[in-house]
Amino acid sequence: MLILECPYCGVKAEETELAAGGEAHLKRYGPGSSDDEFHDYLFMRENPKGVHFERWRHANGCGKWFHAARCTMTLEVFGTYPAQTTEPPQEICDKITAKRPGWSWREFSDGRKSSAA
Amino acid sequence: MSTRLAKHGRLIDRSKQIDFTFNGKTMKGYAGDTLASALLANGQVMMGRSFKYHRPRGVVASGAEEPNALMQLGTGDRYEPNQRATTTELFSGLQAQSQNHWPSLEFDVLSINNKLSRFLTAGFYYKMFIHPRPLWKHVYEPIIRKSAGLGAAPDAELKDADTYEHFYFFADVLVIGGGVAGLQAAKAAAASGAKVLVLEQNSYWGGRAPVDGGTIDGEAPEAWIEKTLAELRAMDNVTLRDRCMGSGVYDHGYALGYERLTDHAPGQGGPRHRLWRIRASQIVTATGAIERPLSFAGNDVPGVMLAGAMRDYVVNWGVKPGERVVVATNNDDAYRTALVLHDAGVEVVRVVDTRETGGGALMEAVREKGIRVELGRAIAKVKDGKSVTEVAICAQNGEGGAREIVQADAVAMSGGWSPVVHLWSHCGGKLIWDEVTASFRPDPERPPLGDKGQGFVVPAGAANGEFGLAALLEDAAVAGAKAAEAAGFPATTVAAAKGESVAEAQMEAVWLMPAKADVKLRMKSWLDYQNDVKVSDVQLAAREGYESVEHTKRYTTLGMATDQGKLSNINGLAILADSLNAEIPQVGTTTFRPPYHPISLGAIAGEARGEIFQPIRKTPMYDWHDRNGADWEPVGQWRRPFAYLRDGEDRHAAVNREVKNTRENLGLLDASTLGKLIVKGPDAGKFLDMMYTNMMSTLKIGKCRYGLMCSENGFLMDDGVVARIDEDTWLCHTTTGGAEHIHGWMEEWLQTEWWDWKVYVANVTEQYAQIAVVGPNARKVLEKLNAQAGGGMDVSREALPFMEWRDGQIGGFDARAYRISFSGELSYEIAVAASEGQAFWDALMEAGKEFGVMPYGTETLHILRAEKGFIMIGDETDGTVIPQDLGLNWALSKKKEDYLGKRAQQRSHMVDPDRWQLVGLETVDGSVLPDGAYAVGEGVNANGQRNMIGRVTSTYHSATLGRGIAMGLVKHGPKRMGEVIEFPGTDGKTYKAKIVDPVFYDKEGEKQNV
Ligand SMILES: [Zn+2]
Repeated sequence: MLILECPYCGVKAEETELAAGGEAHLKRYGPGSSDDEFHDYLFMRENPKGVHFERWRHANGCGKWFHAARCTMTLEVFGTYPAQTTEPPQEICDKITAKRPGWSWREFSDGRKSSAA
Repeated sequence: MSTRLAKHGRLIDRSKQIDFTFNGKTMKGYAGDTLASALLANGQVMMGRSFKYHRPRGVVASGAEEPNALMQLGTGDRYEPNQRATTTELFSGLQAQSQNHWPSLEFDVLSINNKLSRFLTAGFYYKMFIHPRPLWKHVYEPIIRKSAGLGAAPDAELKDADTYEHFYFFADVLVIGGGVAGLQAAKAAAASGAKVLVLEQNSYWGGRAPVDGGTIDGEAPEAWIEKTLAELRAMDNVTLRDRCMGSGVYDHGYALGYERLTDHAPGQGGPRHRLWRIRASQIVTATGAIERPLSFAGNDVPGVMLAGAMRDYVVNWGVKPGERVVVATNNDDAYRTALVLHDAGVEVVRVVDTRETGGGALMEAVREKGIRVELGRAIAKVKDGKSVTEVAICAQNGEGGAREIVQADAVAMSGGWSPVVHLWSHCGGKLIWDEVTASFRPDPERPPLGDKGQGFVVPAGAANGEFGLAALLEDAAVAGAKAAEAAGFPATTVAAAKGESVAEAQMEAVWLMPAKADVKLRMKSWLDYQNDVKVSDVQLAAREGYESVEHTKRYTTLGMATDQGKLSNINGLAILADSLNAEIPQVGTTTFRPPYHPISLGAIAGEARGEIFQPIRKTPMYDWHDRNGADWEPVGQWRRPFAYLRDGEDRHAAVNREVKNTRENLGLLDASTLGKLIVKGPDAGKFLDMMYTNMMSTLKIGKCRYGLMCSENGFLMDDGVVARIDEDTWLCHTTTGGAEHIHGWMEEWLQTEWWDWKVYVANVTEQYAQIAVVGPNARKVLEKLNAQAGGGMDVSREALPFMEWRDGQIGGFDARAYRISFSGELSYEIAVAASEGQAFWDALMEAGKEFGVMPYGTETLHILRAEKGFIMIGDETDGTVIPQDLGLNWALSKKKEDYLGKRAQQRSHMVDPDRWQLVGLETVDGSVLPDGAYAVGEGVNANGQRNMIGRVTSTYHSATLGRGIAMGLVKHGPKRMGEVIEFPGTDGKTYKAKIVDPVFYDKEGEKQNV
């Protein structure tokens, strides 16, 4: 029973108020994409033991989708942020780097992902 | 034999005698007794039969850890199996029955399993499963079914007569355990001002301290407990609950408490159990410790008990376990039992202490009483039977030879104490091996972590591996203060109460008794009493290659019974480690999972049962339907009339009447449950073009279009008619039950993918009552209503053509009329304000009389649409069907570059010409095809089953056509028109059906377009 703070309404929402939406920051591939691209978009998901970015909806609250950065092993939450972004905010990445030196999850466009950056 | 003592019994009230029955026999106990103590007081040492071998078993513990004394309690709708006698408080009229035996506890024919024990070893189930099926079916399964098992399941037809509830609580500090450590921790935490909740599983506070002795602040422990309780009760920021077990610790400080309100007082009224759903900043686990058995042959014979439990029975309940007792131990604590027994007038015939050097002051005290203490000695064997009669004593460091036989009727054993680390471990707290106590205890460096990465569980007292009263109280005071501080309260310095207890000599780790016990002895040395797992079983598993403790657990079933191995786990791990030549910490523990102790399913369900299991959604005309014969059908959370039954009619007759009447005269359908979503904004058209497979942006204002929605996988997920309301507004109908889901689906894409698109979506489903007016007389009744009202919307063919909608007045009601048809008849779906739904329905029924109006239900709706070959989401679709399978290519826009599902529908499997496709099916003899039946083709597959070439998706009797009609998905179906295919039924019959066009009625669509 996780608690995640909804970045829209500020409510510290309990898991029963939330709906999980799987991995965050997927890029959608539509018509014109290759079979491999589309296959990966549909089916391939990160399943890290450690730092993960997830989509959640404050379903029994304000109804908004947001993202959560958390550790799947220790359940530590590094932060939540609105879903209207393609990449995690820098401050959350910095926070993770401070706590999990060398963490990696996925390359983002500007290459930032780990403490090395 | 066990019996009641004339003195002792601090928890019983000898002035209140209670009658109860055990296996139909009336017995007497006292208020304050547990069922276990009362049975012992009545000389009932044997309390059940074991799970696999049906060996006689007696009570071995005195609390929640008890593995043996499971009972069937109560009768009828209050019957419950597998209840622990040790946690069942006695009440007047209690009815208990022992379980897992036939025909009786005393004479059990299946105890023959005992003699077959060499065939029922570790991995028995796995080994049997690989034998041929007939052997399994006719030999093993019947034997196992009869022999293995706990209590009988309650009667499936009866409903639990009791009520249950949930209760929410928020605490700064939750203290689990109301022993002296829990009370001390609570006191320290509460002093900071933190809101503290203390849970104690028993009906009494203070835990073991009053039994174990010593002093606190110079007084007997009981005095300190009373004083501290009074202090805590006087504090506004402290809540104390007894009979409430902390059952689980979960993510981010969530915890469950299980409160047993009336188990001890049935008929008191109110809920029986209450589930506490707790959020705590910090949790102190002051859960004490559990004594370990010693693994010697016959350690399961009734009368063999844990030494601490035996002491409890004497001190707490005034029960002596026997006349002549042997005490076996590897530590000093068991000497306390010897002293208590001696004081109670029981003859302690021998204390056998495995330690060559013996114990400390407690041993000396025992010797001073003239009790014979033998060092370096062990129990070789307790003679099998329904009670203890003979105990063979030998050297600990041997194989069990050179035995001395002593006569005794009870044995107290102590293998040392293990901290109760379950709640610490539930959410990830790690353990370290403590050599001194030979047990796992919480690793303070690795607690369960909260959302900020902070530890949120603090162990206290014996649960933290601190056993002496002084150390335990100091540890608890520190734990309480630490928890409060971590919860954000100022640091306090509440001095710990001063505990004093007799210093104890070092214990000795003993995992097998005697140390080199031969195989015959090991086969009678029990580890897991409830699942009948012995030392020899774990050793066999190790020999067969099971090295992981988790695998060994499953293979041998060690620790998998309802007691989750509270007594047995460490002993089993140690035996496994020894067999593998590994150290215990390397072997590790199995995972501790909540609940700590079984909790009732009723408590988990709480109030969510019967009518309030989930909300029932009712349309504005619900009551009318109910008064007029509605045979209700659940559709999602809605209730819809399946049909309206008239006097003397069955469902089938009612449906046939409704179908014919709608086709021939006039039918009314309450269609209010259909989802209605308003999609509005400058980008609404662009957005709907992505949501639907069809083009919605080009829909003209005033017009309607049937649309399909697919998932990104390409599979059909919803359908409905979309109406363009104005320049930037569309109204989308969804399926019944689809409204919330599709609303969420739209929101998801708007919020997470196209968040820069200017679109709002509102679910207005419940704002409208919607009535389908269907049949050849549909227009007539609307025109009559308008005439009566002196004017209204022109509903003529010319003014309101098929697939268009208009706003206006009908019969004086503000209405929106859609000329859409899901039946193939002339049809208007008319939406009015929900508050006017019933009045409008009444007006239609009244005006429709002369036109033969009748309401119709969902089954008629289904038949009418099936006659027309219209698909139904959930019938023709099942999450694996794409629009192309259903011949709906016409609804897939070729002009649009993209829509959800478009790319997926280009994948190789989606364009495979072998995909099953929609066809109509007509039985050769006019009968109705069985729903879901599969069509079989030539040949067999790799498993020798006949190849399948299709299946039935919808099947009905059509009253219109007077025959069975069906739709189905068939391989190459549309190319096989006229072919007859076979559907084997589960009734043994084979149904033959001809492949036909799915449109059975009015193929040209003339009737709906008049
Ligand atoms: Zn919110």
